[in-house]
Amino acid sequence: MARGADSLMRQLQAASFAVDDLKLYLDTHPTDPRALEQYCRCRDIHGMVAAKYVAEVGPLTAEDVPCDGRWTWVDAPWPWEGEV
Amino acid sequence: MWTYDRKLQYPVKIARPNAAAAKVIISQFGGPDGELAASQRYLSQRYSMPYREVAGLLTDIGTEEMAHMEMVCAIVHQLTRDLTIQQIEEGGLAPYFTDHTVGLWPQAASGTPFSATVFASKGDPITDLHEDMAAEQKARTTYDNLIRLVDDPDVLDPLRFLREREIVHFQRFGEGLRIVQDHLDAQNFYAFNPAYDR
Repeated sequence: MARGADSLMRQLQAASFAVDDLKLYLDTHPTDPRALEQYCRCRDIHGMVAAKYVAEVGPLTAEDVPCDGRWTWVDAPWPWEGEV
Repeated sequence: MWTYDRKLQYPVKIARPNAAAAKVIISQFGGPDGELAASQRYLSQRYSMPYREVAGLLTDIGTEEMAHMEMVCAIVHQLTRDLTIQQIEEGGLAPYFTDHTVGLWPQAASGTPFSATVFASKGDPITDLHEDMAAEQKARTTYDNLIRLVDDPDVLDPLRFLREREIVHFQRFGEGLRIVQDHLDAQNFYAFNPAYDR
């Protein structure tokens, strides 16, 4: 696994993917108690990692851009560039 | 509506350009069983789906397929952005380069442009779910074929991830079909179309 700034991105991708996968399962099993419990845990972990990423690296959605005098949305590499 | 998250669902970091690989992988962008076809199929079908669990599934898988389309385009972009003219010619990419340079345009490996004719949105829940299950298998087979053709581990890694997701989606659509059938008359699933008949 790559070290440095992009290891936080890897953690974020893993945390986000866990929620993505559970979402699909819950769509067809909306009352499954174990899946719901896992969803709540994974969603909270994703939230924490995302908040850390936004604080330390940059915006994940356009609404993460702070009101600081620059529209940083256009600054960082885009995901398809392969830098992060 | 959609929000854009500034990340790929799974990393794509390719060091070595490769025109021949790009030429075939582009099929999972604009080809008949590619991610664009998948996303538009599911997102189109969801409106007439009368069962909310299945409409949710179509929305969520349709959205994930757009993220997969982004990954495929990132792969093709990274394989082509640094190609020399000689590499483009040797890799068989000169015709594509002529019309698109190293831009991304949705077409199949054969050159056939993307079209809605590659998918069905039939307005009948049983029909649509069978279409979706078949679509996931076709996509899985296409990834199997690409994985045979490609050597570069940086490219194989995201392709294998995408292949696995097709298998999971197939499973979910099978569950969606069962949900639809549970709502219908066990003696005759075809007695009426719940998306239209009253």
